[in-house]
Amino acid sequence: MIYARIAGTGSFLPGEPVSNDDLVARGIETSDEWIVSRSGIRSRHLAAADVGASDLAVVAAQRAIEAAACTAEDIDLIIVATSTPDFIFPSTAALVQSKLGIRNGGAVFDVQAVCSGFVYGLSVAEKFIRSGSHKRALVIGAEVFSRILDWSDRATCVLFGDGAGAVVLEASERPGILASALHADGSHHAILCVPGGVAAGQITGDPFLRMDGQAVFKFAVKVLGEVAHEVLEQAGERADSIDWLIPHQANIRIIQATAKRLGIPMEKVITTLDHHGNTSAASIPLALDEAVRAGKVRAGQRLMVEGVGGGFTWGAALIDF
Amino acid sequence: MENIEQRVKKIVAEQLGVNESEIKIESSFVDDLGADSLDTVELVMALEEEFECEIPDEEAEKITTVQQAVDYVNAHLKK
Repeated sequence: MIYARIAGTGSFLPGEPVSNDDLVARGIETSDEWIVSRSGIRSRHLAAADVGASDLAVVAAQRAIEAAACTAEDIDLIIVATSTPDFIFPSTAALVQSKLGIRNGGAVFDVQAVCSGFVYGLSVAEKFIRSGSHKRALVIGAEVFSRILDWSDRATCVLFGDGAGAVVLEASERPGILASALHADGSHHAILCVPGGVAAGQITGDPFLRMDGQAVFKFAVKVLGEVAHEVLEQAGERADSIDWLIPHQANIRIIQATAKRLGIPMEKVITTLDHHGNTSAASIPLALDEAVRAGKVRAGQRLMVEGVGGGFTWGAALIDF
Repeated sequence: MENIEQRVKKIVAEQLGVNESEIKIESSFVDDLGADSLDTVELVMALEEEFECEIPDEEAEKITTVQQAVDYVNAHLKK
């Protein structure tokens, strides 16, 4: 039996942290108190104008490859989860492959599941590896959400940040990913979206992120609780076997409500939201890598990762690290 | 068995972190009990779970006081 295990993690945040007060100084009509009480966010990182998702992804990938003690040439599959790709095409994954200097002919593609993107990418990569078709995958979440924020919409622009996180997932005789589940309900597409595109050299529609915060909140809490239970059931495990819950970092109130529904104390929840903001597909691998490097998450521990995002999409995975 | 009002007050106390004795039937979640917009969403979700019903968003928006929550539950509780 072939399983898929996480062999290494890496992440990258661009530039210096930008605090809530820094945003106020930039002319956004808000306050530190409002942002912290509604979201739990105190600062975020914002990429410079000439830095794309692939630039962030490459650094995170290099760190993950180093941590996995393999070489870039060993990577035969690259999946980049992003909603803010460098280009319409080629995929960000192709750009990452090129920047890593990989010429081995491996498969590369992007996954677009917004904030659920990393869980989607991880689950897809796991299935490739377990099928035997691929041996070692880079799964990356990389975002420059600052590009799609309407800085005049104070209800959304303060919530997001830029960054990238990556894992090397490799074939193993020991189970790593124990169970995973992916879901979507496209009928909720309008409550969180960037409803624009490019045609005839022009932007058509609206190129900025739009969100019905309360609707998203309610939907997120409901499905995150459900999918976590589903994955535990699939693996035949109980919530108290989880050493660390690593949820998508969207909003501290969603994280608290989800943890409560699972009966997991906040001491067992990795939160980076306060200093990363919501980095969409990058948030889970960023949080995982930070926790690994801080010595919190250790080999042999059991992790639950779960995400929810535009689409709506959602998913979770139970992992023996 | 507790009555609907008692059950609603208990949920409000738990969700908003206030003492049950401070909650009156006419209390407004936002104006009197310090709830913000996300607290009210969580409160509605907790009511849905307690009373095993689904409260549509347009109905949920109209529930701003303990009395309105009790009235909604009384009108929609599975008989």
